[in-house]
Amino acid sequence: MSAPIEQSPGEIAAHVEEPMRATLAAPRRGRGAAALLGWTRRNLFSSVPNTILTLVALALLVWFLPPLINWALVKATWTGGDPKLCREAGGACWALIETKHRFILFGLYPHDQHWRPLVAMAIFLSAIAASCDPRFWNWRLAGIWAVVLAVGGWLMWGGFLGLAYVENARWGGLPLTLILATLGIVLAFPLSILLALGRRSDLPAIRAVCVGYIEIVRGVPLVSVLFMASIMFPLFLPEGLTIDKLLRAQVGIILFTAAYLAEAVRGGLAAIPKGQYEAADAMGLGYWQKMGLVILPQALRLVIPPIVNQFISCFKDTSLVIIIGLYDLLTTAKTALTDPPWRPFYVESYVFAGLVYFGFCFFMSRYSQYLERRLNAGTRR
Amino acid sequence: MVTKGAWWNDAGVRAVLYQIVVLGAILLLGWYLVSNTLANLAARNIATGFGFLGREAGFAIGESPLAYAPTDSYARAILVGLANTVIVALVGIAFATLIGLVIGIARLSSNWLVARLATVYVESARNVPVLLHLLFWYALITEALPGPRQALNPIANVFISNRGIKFPLPVWEAAHGWMAAALVVAVAATLVLARWARTRQAETGQPFPIIRVGLALILGLPLLAWLAGGAPTALDRPELKGFNFTGGHTVSPEFVALLLGLTLYTAAFIAEIVRSGILAVSRGQTEAALALGLSRGQVLRLVILPQALRVIIPPLTSQYLNLTKNSSLAVAIGYPDLVSVANTTINQTGQAIEGVALVMAVYLAVSLGIAAFMNWYDKKTALVSR
Repeated sequence: MSAPIEQSPGEIAAHVEEPMRATLAAPRRGRGAAALLGWTRRNLFSSVPNTILTLVALALLVWFLPPLINWALVKATWTGGDPKLCREAGGACWALIETKHRFILFGLYPHDQHWRPLVAMAIFLSAIAASCDPRFWNWRLAGIWAVVLAVGGWLMWGGFLGLAYVENARWGGLPLTLILATLGIVLAFPLSILLALGRRSDLPAIRAVCVGYIEIVRGVPLVSVLFMASIMFPLFLPEGLTIDKLLRAQVGIILFTAAYLAEAVRGGLAAIPKGQYEAADAMGLGYWQKMGLVILPQALRLVIPPIVNQFISCFKDTSLVIIIGLYDLLTTAKTALTDPPWRPFYVESYVFAGLVYFGFCFFMSRYSQYLERRLNAGTRR
Repeated sequence: MVTKGAWWNDAGVRAVLYQIVVLGAILLLGWYLVSNTLANLAARNIATGFGFLGREAGFAIGESPLAYAPTDSYARAILVGLANTVIVALVGIAFATLIGLVIGIARLSSNWLVARLATVYVESARNVPVLLHLLFWYALITEALPGPRQALNPIANVFISNRGIKFPLPVWEAAHGWMAAALVVAVAATLVLARWARTRQAETGQPFPIIRVGLALILGLPLLAWLAGGAPTALDRPELKGFNFTGGHTVSPEFVALLLGLTLYTAAFIAEIVRSGILAVSRGQTEAALALGLSRGQVLRLVILPQALRVIIPPLTSQYLNLTKNSSLAVAIGYPDLVSVANTTINQTGQAIEGVALVMAVYLAVSLGIAAFMNWYDKKTALVSR
């Protein structure tokens, strides 16, 4: 089977679910109950060990699901904004989310200005969605991102054209997570290409520098890089010059991500047949022409799925900025619980943050699977 | 002959020039940063160097596998942190591998329900930040579990409360030392025996039941040593005295939360690696091996596993490395690992550069060591293509 070449996002989901739906739909094509029985016997009770497995799994579900549904839906308190009501109901306290969602989503951003990060986020997400569409994979994308970053920066900071200035120490929640992750990938990308090219360079000194950088950064935990950005970096700067914490963390994340991305790009470079390099040389192209016009356009296409995977881990890793005291989505979810009456409802807060992370990461991993299938379409069979 | 162009068009000269420019720029940047740092340190009256390691640490560490008191040196405290990191990483790797193996096989199960459940687990565990796992489990343990007086008691002498898990340990006696010695002897004997069995099979074709004999040795010898030592059964049991337990061994809530979070997160990734490894071995291999007359066990051991492992091992080691590096998140929930202790040290002494450099050097040494092992393994198992 080979994937169709052009698909809309809606068809992606349909495509991903196809095998599962086929198995589910099979019985209905037969004769109702008998066919369903046949399906059940084939997939759940084909042998004695299989039957035992099914029963164990069912027992697990019966033991686990009803209390969970009871807690999360039946006994849950959805509104009211009063922790006492929650305690009386005894179920999940989604009222916590109702009361605190502004804080969890936007952190310390001035309350009456929340529309600004909201609009900025919408623009950001549209740009990300546009980047997902292969039709935009060319130089136009760089232009789109330049505009998006400029408008996003204006919305978040303000200070001119009628918007009040908001210092970035007050940024927080989901916009901060999105900014850290997206800028982390977007700005690490050019750096990673240079590092990957350097690692495959014929010049020994440049190769040594790039190998050293990549291996050192990949060998240490992100926490130590963030510590470095937060406590060591101020020492590196000349007297009187200070850079704020957010920027330092962002630089740390960019430098960290670049090393991992460089390895992904290197994989793509290695996958290009030698003939392509030789043909480019034979055409009389210089190094940068050869790379820019012949090798990279092919290599980068190959490594888009690993780049998306790297984006997923970068998105999750931004949560570590909690350690240096930035108010990202996870930190706000944790901080919302410091309000004493709401303290017992930590599960609700973490589940809410977890669902947001899950939504983004799950979508991206599905997207990466779709890309892999699409990119393989030409080479398979 | 072609006339020689100007020297600046010569590729070799250009190559040297480029490298000199890049190296020069890096050295200049480095010099700039170092001179700034030295000026800043001088302005803040911070002495550079690792001399602070010998000074008295003065802070307590919650749990320590080594003897440690606040009067010990910073070096000792950091060593304790390192030991804690190693412990949580090793235990985490063992559990994550086990769970990942089971889930990975379950995802390929022909049983629809089991495969779906495994998929739900993998997707929900790996699409959430590992730090969220840690915070969630830590909150659950410290808030939802009862206090020591109402501790859960699932098995006799095992108590689970918000102060951690308490369980009994055998009281140390000489027999236990003999058991350890017997175990070492048994493992060594099994290795020698396996070597001999392999050579004999290669020469004469006679197989030897090395797995059964090896297992018997490894289990039997320590048991014999235990019996010979008088079969001591005394246990150091945890008992409730006042508001807390005395005796027995304690696993702290921080350790449990860290272990749960790291294990459940990493297991989801390992499950995917195991799945892809098994899928990478084509069905024809199994059928061919069965047609050759090998038993099911032999097919798995001699044909499937060696091929699947070649696909599994490289990403698996990188997951092990990830787990080890992620254990540094312990600092967020207060488990005294290397990063956490180093952080306290930095806060107390102001030796930020030395502290961070120490942490980075340790993780780097582990990573480079494992990378060297991986290169060796890759070379050893590379397919020889002719």
